[in-house]
Amino acid sequence: MSKIDLSVNIGGGLILDNPITTASGTFSPRESSAFYDLSELGAMITKGIANIPWEGNPTPRIAETYGGMINSVGLQNPGVDYFIEHELPYAKQFGTKVIANVAGRSIEDYCEVVEKLSETDVDALEVNISCPNVKKGGIGFGVQCDLAGSVVREVRRVSKKPLIIKLSPNVTDITEIAKAAEAEGADAISLINTLLGMKIDVHRMRPVIANKMGGFSGPAIKPVAVRMVYQVRRAVNIPIIGLGGIMTGEDAAEFILAGADALSVGTAALVNPTAPVDIKRELIEYMDRYGFKNLAELRGALNE
Amino acid sequence: MSKKVVLGTVLSNDRIEKDVYKMVIRQEEAARSAAPGQFVNLYTKSESMLLPRPISICEIGEDTLTLVYGVVGKGTQEFSSYVAGENIKLTTALGNGFTPADAKVHVLVGGGIGVPPLVELAKHLEGEKIAVIGFREAPFLHDRLEELGVKVYIATDSGAHGFKGNVVELMESEGLVGDYYYSCGPKPMLRALAAFCEAKGKPVQVSLEERMGCGYGACVGCVCKTKAANEVGYEQKKVCKDGPVFLGSEVAW
Repeated sequence: MSKIDLSVNIGGGLILDNPITTASGTFSPRESSAFYDLSELGAMITKGIANIPWEGNPTPRIAETYGGMINSVGLQNPGVDYFIEHELPYAKQFGTKVIANVAGRSIEDYCEVVEKLSETDVDALEVNISCPNVKKGGIGFGVQCDLAGSVVREVRRVSKKPLIIKLSPNVTDITEIAKAAEAEGADAISLINTLLGMKIDVHRMRPVIANKMGGFSGPAIKPVAVRMVYQVRRAVNIPIIGLGGIMTGEDAAEFILAGADALSVGTAALVNPTAPVDIKRELIEYMDRYGFKNLAELRGALNE
Repeated sequence: MSKKVVLGTVLSNDRIEKDVYKMVIRQEEAARSAAPGQFVNLYTKSESMLLPRPISICEIGEDTLTLVYGVVGKGTQEFSSYVAGENIKLTTALGNGFTPADAKVHVLVGGGIGVPPLVELAKHLEGEKIAVIGFREAPFLHDRLEELGVKVYIATDSGAHGFKGNVVELMESEGLVGDYYYSCGPKPMLRALAAFCEAKGKPVQVSLEERMGCGYGACVGCVCKTKAANEVGYEQKKVCKDGPVFLGSEVAW
């Protein structure tokens, strides 16, 4: 089993020891390290970081649904300055690559965070373009090609780091957004972010989540994610980080067969804190079972 | 690694009141990790129910944990069906629990399914112990608290048992006064108790409840506001990780 090479190039010169990363918002270095050795990860992807502290949404923020969950944390975060001073040094001590996830309410907000993080030792940036654009009536940056393209263009201009663009699945044609991101200089794409979902408590006759709607994630959304990774793989040439309901090593293999270069584990880690390393082990077992020596072999193995 | 997901064995699982069950789980690591006021995440066996259920710890044995839980949904409904010998997945203890204080008279104030963690706490307190516990209808764990040498006062909404009214009204009516207060129960009760303690100049530790996702501080789903010397006057703490127990005086009610 030791002969399997899990290393992967995810663009912009960034090479990971293995393809397992932590989906933004489901991982915290201090909390997760109580359960497993973070140096086992290919990379840790941080919670969303904005230019100023964000308070997030009111509670309840979490609802369980059949085979999934809805969250509406609202990207609560302490802001980029606090992150650089207090959280980044802690995260870097594990010797694992650190990918900072960037959130914004305007293009200027995104650029401010990207500029500041470009001067730090983060290894790459992942820009969450699912956030609502407050200057355009709250429409998500990631749902229109021109808007998505302009965010990528502007952050590319100020970024000195490998740039990953995280796509929203709440769009008509994910490949158009992916192509716009690639055309404007994205080094890689991660997909999918959560689907917009809602749950109503029929006994209390009201939405479960205070903010009414939220991001739907977990194994229930995996077929949508696999389909989108498959479509985007055939639309762009840059590396893809696939995510959406990965719970097991076989789920991980499914995303790689669909065309993903690397993976993020999210909801699974909220359910079982050690999920990222368990999935890594199971992926190795899977690859060993079918005789794959590296991820490129597995990625090219889809029979269609 | 300081925390783990482990497999335990159900030793018993009995209904002790309507929709209230007592489960004893044998799991040595979980038992050794636990302190009063902490909780464990319990996993259902159904893949459709992803999230673990945070359940407060009622009693800690050498290699056992006793959990008294309310049946409030499908997950806890499933737990209530477990029989002795069944395997159950759980985490080792999570959260920051109660800190036993140096005091002459300790007052434990509980409401409904908030009463269980006060039982283990009672074992860790030295001095006189009073419990003031409130229920909708029928009380539970009052007898166990009495066995531990706690003087118990009961309030019920209906008046079917003990005092008719809430726990704060009961304390006022009986003129009960202690030196240090600990509490777990519904938020309106905790808020009223915190105000009561503030007026009397007595410290109180409160165990808060909020709908959780992960239960270990990763998702930031369960937050509460605590007072802070900043522009807005508060900051957000994670109930699962920074709490569930906070000082009543630090919570921004």
